[in-house]
Amino acid sequence: MSKSNLTRRGLLKTSAIAGGGLMLPTYLRAAAHSGFTNAPTGDTVTLGFNVPQTGPYAEEGLDELRAQELAVEHLNGEGDGGMMSTFSSKALQGNGILGKKVTFVTGDTQTKSDAARASAKSMIEKDGAIMINGGSSSGVAIAVQGLCQEAGVIFMAGLTHSNDTTGKDKKANGFRHFFNGYMSGAALAPVLEKEYGKDRRAYHLTADYTWGWTQQESIAAATEAVGWQTVENVLTPLASTDFSSYIAPVLNSGADVLVLNHYGGNMVNSLSNAIEFDLLSKEVNGKNFEIVVPLYSELMAAGAGENVKGVIGSMNWNWQLTDEGSKAFTKSFGEKYGRPPSNSAHTCYVQTLLYADACERAGTFNPCGVAEALEGFEFDGLGNGPTLYRAEDHQCFKDVLVMKGKENPSNQYDTLEIVEVTPRAQVEYAPDHPMFAGGDLGECNPGA
Amino acid sequence: MLGLHKKDFNLLLIVVVLAMLAPFILNPFPENSGLAQFNAGYPDLMQKFVIFGIFAIGFNILFGLTGYLSFGHAAFLGIGSYSCVWMFKLLGYSVVPGILLSIVTSGIFAWLIGIISLRRSGIYFSILTLAFAQMSFALCYSVLSNPKFNLTNGETGLQVYNNDPQYFRGEGSPNVPHFFGMEMNATHKMELGGWLFQFNTGYYLCAVIMVLAFYLSIRIFRSPFGMMLRAIKSNNTRMNYTGLNARPYTLAAFVISGMYAGLAGGLLSAVDPLAGAERMQWTASGEVVLMTILGGAGTLIGPVLGSGLIKYFENIFSKINDNVLHSWFSFMPDGIEDLMVTLIHPFVGKGWHLTLGVLFMLIVIFLPGGLVEGGQRIKRLISGKKAADETEDEATQSTPAE
Repeated sequence: MSKSNLTRRGLLKTSAIAGGGLMLPTYLRAAAHSGFTNAPTGDTVTLGFNVPQTGPYAEEGLDELRAQELAVEHLNGEGDGGMMSTFSSKALQGNGILGKKVTFVTGDTQTKSDAARASAKSMIEKDGAIMINGGSSSGVAIAVQGLCQEAGVIFMAGLTHSNDTTGKDKKANGFRHFFNGYMSGAALAPVLEKEYGKDRRAYHLTADYTWGWTQQESIAAATEAVGWQTVENVLTPLASTDFSSYIAPVLNSGADVLVLNHYGGNMVNSLSNAIEFDLLSKEVNGKNFEIVVPLYSELMAAGAGENVKGVIGSMNWNWQLTDEGSKAFTKSFGEKYGRPPSNSAHTCYVQTLLYADACERAGTFNPCGVAEALEGFEFDGLGNGPTLYRAEDHQCFKDVLVMKGKENPSNQYDTLEIVEVTPRAQVEYAPDHPMFAGGDLGECNPGA
Repeated sequence: MLGLHKKDFNLLLIVVVLAMLAPFILNPFPENSGLAQFNAGYPDLMQKFVIFGIFAIGFNILFGLTGYLSFGHAAFLGIGSYSCVWMFKLLGYSVVPGILLSIVTSGIFAWLIGIISLRRSGIYFSILTLAFAQMSFALCYSVLSNPKFNLTNGETGLQVYNNDPQYFRGEGSPNVPHFFGMEMNATHKMELGGWLFQFNTGYYLCAVIMVLAFYLSIRIFRSPFGMMLRAIKSNNTRMNYTGLNARPYTLAAFVISGMYAGLAGGLLSAVDPLAGAERMQWTASGEVVLMTILGGAGTLIGPVLGSGLIKYFENIFSKINDNVLHSWFSFMPDGIEDLMVTLIHPFVGKGWHLTLGVLFMLIVIFLPGGLVEGGQRIKRLISGKKAADETEDEATQSTPAE
């Protein structure tokens, strides 16, 4: 039984204790500001690699991790140096970053925003990471980018293809090397028109989150501009593993092209389901039924096996490119891991080098200095030809590859062939393009 | 003191001391030692300890006292989070309105769901709550988030943008969540020899609220209302025969525990202004059940211990990867080193669930009363006598309602 004996003295005492408790943080806050978050003090600097190791994008994440480890090796002067020798900026010496040896910590985003924030936070707060690199889901990348902005560290986005990452969700501390949905649309539409004609009816299956939405919007806009119609757009949950129920209605809709705005494990499953329904051998409106996968990756192609034959999509980079940078990277990745790198691996590797190079050129680890060094930075020799980091939205502009599933692959890695290298000028857009409007970079935040 | 018996007051005192000194207690190993891996004294994890402590304390008011096993409590956590972030978006970054609104909205939702679910008890009640939680999850994950009508921002999670209205944001007030100007993510670092201790504003706010929540839960446990709830648990049918309508009591308990969950959700957003739908998934609901049972359902301190244990496993064990394992066993000859790594590998890193599962089984089989019972057994061993006054706590041990 309770005994309630609230006296004046009791109340005063309680309020005094509560007041004391509330005062405590004020006192603690006083000395919290010095320079910037996680300024490296010893002879090492810690980078945080936050990638999905479980969930539908796990394959991509593990490949990113391999590339990140390779980049750290090269920065520390081990191995053959990879793209450091072909990179147009020569600031990197192979002695770490600003003379400090590079170490790294890893985290698992589980392809979930909450988990990704928690693991990024623990890397920043516990391990003292000064930069977070990774992604492999735009939802996660946007969530972590927001966190890095608040915490005052640089976020070098890995694989994130949503327009929003450098559109309405852009942040001053976040940088993206990877291309985006708009660029895919701009690169794919002319090829699709050439291959499949002007008069097509497209049915979209779209992953239900920021990346799916913006990619679908971009592809629909680009294909409608060449005369296609969009019959239907169906949103599918990211966690789905069986898409049969979504594929069945496609045939009765009168559509003759299926656009799969899916990625990773999702795409492997939905494409396989589509093949099981034998869509590709159907004839609708007097035309062969076709499947388009706007965002391709060699890991997905490998996962889907036979099914990708003849399917068209776009990529940021591919190991079959013959420029010096791509050859050097493919060689050193292949020697270490016995397989060619994927385009998600490439973008994470490049982002790590770009970050290190920006620190060297800025002469500091301060996020504001690094951001300044990256903004408007023009470079070459990292596999994509001449590239610009645009200052207005922290998006890289470079050529885009249009790929097609190979009819006669010679080995398990040789699944895709390059149809066209779309020049940079064709995929450029104004920073205030309607698909990217509504965002605000804000001020760069160096943290405490 | 404070209307508590001496024993309860001592317990409260222990909780206060633990909460206030957590940055020291959780960082027992020096920074550079190999054991620093096991330190848990960094702001994010400490915040999770106390916030999920609040969540579990609230859950225990329902499950521990009335025996109604709700399998959908994460819905209230999520609703609290979303409410709080919306307050940030509309009003500004002060955490007070956000936390208050999260308690209110989750209370309203709990009332609505409670009215329907509490018409049944036992397994049917559990399934009803689970269904409601999964419905809320689907709504937040997909239905209420599309480019045209975006209430929850789906997979990405709801966050605050620079161009949000924030009508009451004062000039020069911080651009991060703050409590009367004190930034939630401000951390004071104290280096002492090889140790690094971190004192975080957000943590202390959550800790103070957790202590208050704990105090309130003691008062509920010891009140006539709490006694009534226990009566419902021990024999609901007999209660009905004596002419008492139990439903208003269970509904009140359900709403109170829903509000606790909402408070926890609001605090989660206050320390990290992003609300994701995964928070409402059934796994999250299951987690709080695990926390409560691990710690000891129906005991006062049990849920707090259980939530701490689970969060510790989730954040510390999951970070032990093969590289770390190799460095631990590097003193052994190569073959044995690899063998040891292969043996331990499935239980750490991604496999932390496995370790937790084994631990959970062991506790449920050998210590049905959870960690609290373990503590009592140790105490009895040391003092060498059977403590007579333990019976009071044991009377509240868990058997689900029929």
